[in-house]
Amino acid sequence: MAEIEIRALRKAFDGAEVLKGVDLTIQDGEFISLVGPSGCGKSTLLRVIAGLEPQSSGEVRIDGVSADGVRPSARNLAMVFQSYALYPHLSVFDNIAVPLRMKRLSALERAPFVGRLMPGRRRAERVIRDDVERVAEQLEISPLLKRKPGQLSGGQRQRVAVGRAIVRQPRAFLFDEPLSNLDAKLRVHMRAEIAQLHRQLKTTFIYVTHDQAEAMTMSGRIAVMIGGELIQVGAPAAVYDDPCDIRVAEFVGTPKINAFPGRIRSDGRLEMLGHVLHMATPALEGECRICVRPERIELASHGLLSGTVVHLENLGSEAFVHIGCAGTDAPVVARVNDPSQLPAIGATIGYGFAPEAVRAFDADGKRIVTSLPSRVERPREMAVV
Amino acid sequence: MTPQARMLLWSAIRHIVLLAGALVMLTPFIWMVSTASKPQTEIFSSDLHLIPYHFALWDNLRIAFAKADLWRYLLNGLIVTTSIFGLQVLVALPAAYALAKLRFLGRDVLFALVVFCILIPPQATAIPVFLLLHKLGVLDSYAALVLPFTISVFGIFLMRQFFKTVPDDLIDAARMDGISEFGIVWRVMLPTAIPAVTAFGIFSVVAHWNDYFWPLIVLNSEHLQTPPLAVAHFRNNEAGTNYGPLMAAAMVIIAPLVIAFLFAQRRFIEGITLTGIK
Repeated sequence: MAEIEIRALRKAFDGAEVLKGVDLTIQDGEFISLVGPSGCGKSTLLRVIAGLEPQSSGEVRIDGVSADGVRPSARNLAMVFQSYALYPHLSVFDNIAVPLRMKRLSALERAPFVGRLMPGRRRAERVIRDDVERVAEQLEISPLLKRKPGQLSGGQRQRVAVGRAIVRQPRAFLFDEPLSNLDAKLRVHMRAEIAQLHRQLKTTFIYVTHDQAEAMTMSGRIAVMIGGELIQVGAPAAVYDDPCDIRVAEFVGTPKINAFPGRIRSDGRLEMLGHVLHMATPALEGECRICVRPERIELASHGLLSGTVVHLENLGSEAFVHIGCAGTDAPVVARVNDPSQLPAIGATIGYGFAPEAVRAFDADGKRIVTSLPSRVERPREMAVV
Repeated sequence: MTPQARMLLWSAIRHIVLLAGALVMLTPFIWMVSTASKPQTEIFSSDLHLIPYHFALWDNLRIAFAKADLWRYLLNGLIVTTSIFGLQVLVALPAAYALAKLRFLGRDVLFALVVFCILIPPQATAIPVFLLLHKLGVLDSYAALVLPFTISVFGIFLMRQFFKTVPDDLIDAARMDGISEFGIVWRVMLPTAIPAVTAFGIFSVVAHWNDYFWPLIVLNSEHLQTPPLAVAHFRNNEAGTNYGPLMAAAMVIIAPLVIAFLFAQRRFIEGITLTGIK
């Protein structure tokens, strides 16, 4: 159980800055996901928290105590690695027992041959055996305890790695893309198991992933990192629905959010592809991006906009229609809830969206406030009228 | 010609070439065994024959063991090669781990120096090392045979290349589990590197078991001599070289290597596969 605070954390490798001043407070018992595209620095952040990598500047505090210069094992955090990192020469039992032996036995007791003669060793080994067996039972890997990691499947290795982490009852768990090496079906299954594990242990979980679906489905809060900066931190629904930056909007959600080129007119109205939208903004005149999630795009024969269907993705329970449209770089994607009602490829189709569905971003990618025009009264607008 | 026949022909040619190569390699050994099995009269007879008319291997072995204390030489060889190999591992593994996995200033320069050292022939440093051992007063002792070889740059290089392939995650996991850096070398890296250590062991043991040059220079006492020097004993006889017992003694001293290789071969090829990591 630990509250972890990260303050103004910077990390540079050979002059290249990987973390550019990260501030984050992780509550005790919280499940937080660090999510972002590969190379955004999320794994580096996790390794700095773990103590495997020293920071260039800034501070990590665990339970209010600075962790600077504290060795990884002394921080009492457990980490699950993408490659599981099991010791290949040790049995499953010994793999899980390693952290306990390191913690509970003295160097002399651990020594080969001599260790067996030490008086306390036998009793300590018995307690360790009980602990390992309890964890193995919890993770349903008891029959595997005698095997070597090489004889296990990916999912089983994953469980052993989790077992090695939970057996020492750490203050917090760090997961570094633990599901990336599993096949799609097992991944979905393990997601549920890890979420269940968190409910059971009620310990702090920090989960790094590049898969936004994993982050959205498991965590209480997600922290979106892009280019070494923490862009947005919040509940998954809030980040999805109310992104503060276009990079967040584009990263979170599959298929990707539709982004149309647009303009803010001098009267504060938004304009896209030659149409003036029924919305206004207090932001200054200039270029902007107008974004709409695929599920908010409505197909209609007389929509605001029109294009030709270039591709269909039928997933059975839902379908996505890709619409090629003049003026946009990528096809517009719309979700259709009833796959039996799909248009044909090549057909011309109209589409539109409600004004509330629009998330607009300025030229720098920052979110701009929009509202229905009646509510925004701007002196300039009055003058024009 | 059908594809099957062509395959068969190709495979036959391949085997003939390989057999010819093997024969070239084996001929000296076969000749050694043959000579060791012949009585003196047959060795110097003018006709060449591989199979002796009178089988005299046991007699030759008996003479060889009577003439020189072969057991003593074999024991010396064992003591020297195992001490050298043990110390080499003790030095090479931590050094290789540091060069492969730790980040510190000047690491690449150090590694370049290690690679550079491989280029220096041992004869080039023989005289300075000899003088050093003389100053230390350890000439004509086991220490003189062992100490100069404890730091094997080849071993460091080989282990470093192998350690490079061990995933960083495994080392980080060990650090999270509370294993110290030296603990990582012996508890994590050594077990995963058994195939590489075995390969290095074969190189090291064969090289130092068979070494003639260095023991000849630093030793005077007969009781410290290593197997190759023992064979030289038979040659230096004033009454002319007695080839039968000489070859029998040669057989005895290479026997441990051959047996050790046959045992290590399986280990060498199988190794511990690293499937457990990924």
